[in-house]
Amino acid sequence: MIYQGKQKIWADYQKEIPDNHWFYVRSCIRQNFFPGAEKMFLEICRGLLKKDIFETEHHTTCGGIAYHCDTIPQETVMTIVARQFALMTEAGYENYVASCITSFGNYIEILETWKEFPELETRIREMLWKACKREFNKPKYVAHASDLIYKYRNEIAARAKFRLVNRFTGEPLKVVEHIGCHYAKMFPARGVGGAEYPYVLCGMIESWGGNVIDYPERRHCCGYGFRQYHVKANRGYSLSNTYKKFESMEPYHPDFILTNCPGCPYFMDRWQYVIAETEGKTYGENGYGIPVLTYEELASLVLGYNPWDIGLQLHQVAVEPLLDKIGIEYDPKEKYKGLNEKDLMRPELPGVLRCC
Amino acid sequence: MDFGFKLSPSSAINLDKVDTEKFAELHRAEPDVYKCMACGSCTSTCPANRFSGMSVRKVILGLQRGKEKEVIAMMKNCMLCGKCSMVCPRGINTRHLILSICRIYGEDMK
Amino acid sequence: MKENIVIIGGGIAGLEAACQLLDLGYKPIIIEKSDHLGGHVADWNCLFPDMTPAGDIVSALISKAADANIFLNTEISFVNKLQDSYNIMLSNGISIITRIMLVTTGFSVFDASKKEEYGYGVYDQVITNKDLEHWFNTGDDRRVNDSAMNAIGFVHCVGSRDEKARNSQCSKVCCITAVKQAIEMKQKFPEAMVYCFYMDLRMFGKKYEDFYISAQRDYGIRFIRGRVSEVSENIDGRVIVKAEDTLSGKPVKVTLDLLVLMAGMVCSQDSTKVANMIKLPLDSDGFLKSADNVADIIDSPKEGIFYAGACTGPKTVPETLAEARAAALKIHLYIMKK
Repeated sequence: MIYQGKQKIWADYQKEIPDNHWFYVRSCIRQNFFPGAEKMFLEICRGLLKKDIFETEHHTTCGGIAYHCDTIPQETVMTIVARQFALMTEAGYENYVASCITSFGNYIEILETWKEFPELETRIREMLWKACKREFNKPKYVAHASDLIYKYRNEIAARAKFRLVNRFTGEPLKVVEHIGCHYAKMFPARGVGGAEYPYVLCGMIESWGGNVIDYPERRHCCGYGFRQYHVKANRGYSLSNTYKKFESMEPYHPDFILTNCPGCPYFMDRWQYVIAETEGKTYGENGYGIPVLTYEELASLVLGYNPWDIGLQLHQVAVEPLLDKIGIEYDPKEKYKGLNEKDLMRPELPGVLRCC
Repeated sequence: MDFGFKLSPSSAINLDKVDTEKFAELHRAEPDVYKCMACGSCTSTCPANRFSGMSVRKVILGLQRGKEKEVIAMMKNCMLCGKCSMVCPRGINTRHLILSICRIYGEDMK
Repeated sequence: MKENIVIIGGGIAGLEAACQLLDLGYKPIIIEKSDHLGGHVADWNCLFPDMTPAGDIVSALISKAADANIFLNTEISFVNKLQDSYNIMLSNGISIITRIMLVTTGFSVFDASKKEEYGYGVYDQVITNKDLEHWFNTGDDRRVNDSAMNAIGFVHCVGSRDEKARNSQCSKVCCITAVKQAIEMKQKFPEAMVYCFYMDLRMFGKKYEDFYISAQRDYGIRFIRGRVSEVSENIDGRVIVKAEDTLSGKPVKVTLDLLVLMAGMVCSQDSTKVANMIKLPLDSDGFLKSADNVADIIDSPKEGIFYAGACTGPKTVPETLAEARAAALKIHLYIMKK
């Protein structure tokens, strides 16, 4: 691997990310999958870095899941998106940041489509007006939330309590990064680092002390693939894609996987359980799995937040071996205590995959 | 545990895992085997093809892709009529080739 | 004969035209940007289909053209159009008045790093056709590890027939170059598996098909019909390529010790620069536009300006030489007529 070759490509794909004043939209599914992630994004950006991030309870889905499942007309998706832009305009913002990769791809695709077909934009403006008497300006900048954390990575590193270093060996942690397909594959120039060698997560890992692993199936789909998973008859394809990735990364012994998409961390986390149950195979050390983190969770960990406050108990793969390696202290007894000491109850332990 | 779904077998051909020894032996006996350019003349003229799928082109390809079992099953439909040798633009002696395959891959035919 | 004839580019087209013009009694001027003559062919090792040493061709041309006025390390700064001639200002400060120019600016090798998915410049064992010729000539390339050469792959059509790379044209010579280089590698590494990943094999020239048959029959080179979609590196540093074996309709992957990208021909920046200076049009394929692509390939649409070689599109060496000779004769007749 020629690192300078990648740097050359990264230099070609740098996009402008304004530092402040963002209109934030959430993902439909992330709060169920990784409930701490979006909360921590706001906590880090607003609370810690004092950025102006605005969100409104009036925003809806972007229509992306329906769009990619082919169950919704394109004009409908566009009108939904136009309404989101109207909310942004009404709130007085010009920079639009999405929590979800598919939403991000959806926004970019729609804006590019309007650029090519201005008459379609005119029609959508009419439809939005007829539907809810709203008007909108197009955002000046559209970013994915991981672009912002990438932008703030060095500020976070400066405040970090922990580095991505194995405290037993002193070696940098070996990290697999996985980028959601809709981040840059459709419009490579809109992703930090492009589509073939995305830099957005690599930048965080490098800045926080870890080593990025490049393995043969790095570009491969996580396995979610919308219709692969949603249609039960196809679910074996979803599992098989994930299996292919894990088989390919196995020889590198990664310490954890970092992701920036709603679906990827979920499927790479949960399918490790299914692979363990059906194939008897696990990929971490001593029968554990490989922990899969979102970039907000990782940022929170290096900043020293309590693992149980950022939702890591909802991961299928136990994160404790990773916490031990980084040197993050945690109280095992507190793991399944929710807000105000509420007992969340303990999940049943799997038969093959070792968990805590 | 039965989830109602499981890993799907991969259809990909991994050339790293294809055994090349027997094909090398075949190549020594029949150097022309490599000359096939996959034009399909043999297949279109084969009297067994439309009923059984027999195709000399597929036989030659399959042996290089680790599909010996499928190829051998296919070859059992060959009637050695020789029409394929008549039409081959590269002049491959297909009848002789088929007999050499039978000899070299004989074990797989059982 | 005092007529100034300016040849722009000292590759084989420029040299051959100069030789012919010298024989006809003229004293042509060759302007060459680099520090040596011979262009791309000077970087090559052997030429298909008879493995003619490229160096022999180039050195014969250079010695025959020695009496021409040759300016190395020289570029054209600007060109002024006069009444019925041109004033050419060179970067060395010399200016030339001429009414006849022969454009032999040739081609550029496609920048293979633009095909990011192939990892040229990122993965250690990915090189181009040009790099391989350099290695044949010098033996110097740390990416080629002679001690472990078990599997080698060639990717045809890199930056050719590729609308996304903005080159929809076929570069013409890469198919046969891949066959040639595959044979050469098999000769050097008889135990290695050699794969060629192709979309179509375009064996149009004299003896090319024989060469291809020999690659198959005598060298056992494996031709896989399918374009490589993605290259990655495995844990021991070897490269894994993915393609579809379109003949069996199945995805195929293989681990290789060396991957050679057959980078195609694109119009050189020097050609477009010259075209801008003398207001020559470009054809839809990005190369210089001839007066007519069938009958008048060496005539530009402008009086007194002629073309030879790959500035008008991908050409083989014999085609380029033939065009250079034709252009020299055309220039001679043009001067006689006046």
